[in-house]
Amino acid sequence: MIQPRSIGAGRKGGPPIAYVNARLLDPASAMDSLGGVIVADGVIADIGPQLARAAALGARGIEAVDCQCACLAPGLVDMRVQLREPGEEHKETMASAGAAAAAGGITTMICLPNTRPVLDDAALVESVMRRARETACVHIRPYAAVTKGLAGREMTEMGLLAEAGAVGFTDATHAVADSVVMRRALAYSKAFNRPIIQHPEEPSLAQGGVMNEGEIAMRLGLTGIPIVAEVIMVERDLRLVELTGGRCHIAHLSTAAAVDAVRRAKARGINVTADTAPQYFALNELAVGDYRTFAKVSPPLRSEEDRQAVVDGLKDGTIDAIASDHAPHDQDSKRLPFAQAAFGMIGLETLLAVTLELVHNRRLSLMQAVAKLTSGPAAILGLPAGTLAKNAAADLVLFDPERPWRIAEKKFRSKSKNSPFDGRPVQGRALKTLVDGAVVFTLEE
Amino acid sequence: MLLDLAEYYVEQNRARDKKSALLRGRTIINLFFENSTRTRTSFELAGKRLGGDVVNISAEASSIKKGETLIDTAMTLNAMLPDVLVVRHPDSGGVKLLSEKVNCAVINGGDGTHEHPTQALLDALAIRRRKGRLQGLTVAICGDILHSRVCRSNIHLLNTMGARVRVIGPPTLVPETIDRLGVEVFHDMKAGLRNCDIVMMLRLQTERMQGSFVPSIREYFHFFGLDHDKLACAKPDALIMHPGPMNRGVEIDSEVADDIDRSLIREQVEMGVAVRMACLDLLTRTLASNAPPNGGARA
Repeated sequence: MIQPRSIGAGRKGGPPIAYVNARLLDPASAMDSLGGVIVADGVIADIGPQLARAAALGARGIEAVDCQCACLAPGLVDMRVQLREPGEEHKETMASAGAAAAAGGITTMICLPNTRPVLDDAALVESVMRRARETACVHIRPYAAVTKGLAGREMTEMGLLAEAGAVGFTDATHAVADSVVMRRALAYSKAFNRPIIQHPEEPSLAQGGVMNEGEIAMRLGLTGIPIVAEVIMVERDLRLVELTGGRCHIAHLSTAAAVDAVRRAKARGINVTADTAPQYFALNELAVGDYRTFAKVSPPLRSEEDRQAVVDGLKDGTIDAIASDHAPHDQDSKRLPFAQAAFGMIGLETLLAVTLELVHNRRLSLMQAVAKLTSGPAAILGLPAGTLAKNAAADLVLFDPERPWRIAEKKFRSKSKNSPFDGRPVQGRALKTLVDGAVVFTLEE
Repeated sequence: MLLDLAEYYVEQNRARDKKSALLRGRTIINLFFENSTRTRTSFELAGKRLGGDVVNISAEASSIKKGETLIDTAMTLNAMLPDVLVVRHPDSGGVKLLSEKVNCAVINGGDGTHEHPTQALLDALAIRRRKGRLQGLTVAICGDILHSRVCRSNIHLLNTMGARVRVIGPPTLVPETIDRLGVEVFHDMKAGLRNCDIVMMLRLQTERMQGSFVPSIREYFHFFGLDHDKLACAKPDALIMHPGPMNRGVEIDSEVADDIDRSLIREQVEMGVAVRMACLDLLTRTLASNAPPNGGARA
């Protein structure tokens, strides 16, 4: 059930509330112990193992919720979400994305600027932030465009955009392809301490491509996007970061070659971070099957070797964060011949469960997985989120990492239903999501 | 079995009275989202010669031009209760998508750069009639492999029937992973043609190309165009095929194309009608007329 933020204990101006008998998971402080949290006035008033039992609250008269040993972690920070508002509200609104996020345990979404109009002007950034506060039940922070109109030529007013609230700059689903533009953007953005988030794909090599290049594309008669399109762009950007001293974050790594390039760059001390999305460690190009357009994503689903390399990259820290890469599309954009269908899949409500597959498969520890979803992205963007520290905003998720369920398209809260994970049995689910202390989601039995 | 049945229809087509009543009361719609002369006409003739009612719809002259989506077109036609839809679509998988939305049988008349199964069947029939077999023959498919649905369907069929398949073309027009389909790859035409029984030429599909894959027609013809000089590398009784439409002077020299002793090209067109009659015949046998099965015939 999705609830508005204006009711219940723990919220700003409401009575305090305690969540006890929880497994506290805080990657930022490496805390993993049974304990509890007192939430008051929208923030974490107290936290620790000493609050494991309701009895510890004494006679303070605080209402206590027994978490029955479920995991209590910082609310997830999803650093790559496409909102369709403004411009394509029939696909998704801030309200519907907010509800989907809350149900997925996400308390902060960072949205891409590829709306209509494009977020390339300070007034638009302000209006998105205002609209988000008014209509969404979770926090929404915007990226702004690197170039005006995402056209890849003229830089936006990065300083003013940063002042207005942009947490970083990106041309969304387009790479900043022109090397001079990228060089200047990396250099200029240093002054405002914001990263450039790059979609790593050399457009001329990817032109006309609709899925991973290789045997399957050849058999299906579809134009492929080669692996080198990704790694060439990553290698170029690493050089430009080295040259400018700027900060670059590489979005959704999908290939072994690019993971390796980032790994080597980090070893050399280059200031770069990277994320990936669940589809790149949970699926491979076989998901395209017989022209399934829900599996048409950008970058494309790659080979099994690439998928495993992405898992290895997460494991050894080359990849810092996992983002949903949520890209809602209506039926008219997807029920088309494969080449004509839109790129992208939704992911807010499946982010946690699919990431936990890595824990159940013993590839990541639970703490590592939670870090990639919370403190990892928060640190990249310098956000005061993703931690269970005292006095931090009470953005929390209570989840049961073992709880089995089956992903079902019909139950998605998102307005769009384009998920290749539909029907997949998974383990791990958000039970309760809190934003600024207010319960915005409770799982109904 | 389909090829044997097609042989029977070859005879029927050569008789004075070409018509039978097998498909009486059946409706066949030819739905072509892409231009075609051979495939559309031969399906139309096949349907008519079997006594069915045939309707032709081309993208140019229909609601598709007015912006109707593929699925809506499929639903509309489905509501008219045809028995068979023959569909050609410029996108790979377009026919498959359409077949999921209709109750009638669907025949793939060519989808994008994916498959063109009836072309492969008619090619097999033409070869078998001249050579008496497919097993053990060496077939070289030459030219624009990358964009060719004819090539993919032929590789599947010929390999299944025990022929050995080679593909020949410039590296930019041969997908790197094509060997996974069980073919030998050559970039030197003379080497590739050595000891071949069949030389199958493909059209340079410039309309599907984004950017330049070969520097010039002149250079392409010099290295990959079929002329008597290159043909001399193949077996002395090697036969020449082309699915059409031919670009004379681009991939094939007129002298070779029109050599009645060597060229199977006109026979391919004749076989096209017979094979499509066989397809319609077999397919409608499995249709229960009141409850037609869902799904398509990939042949």
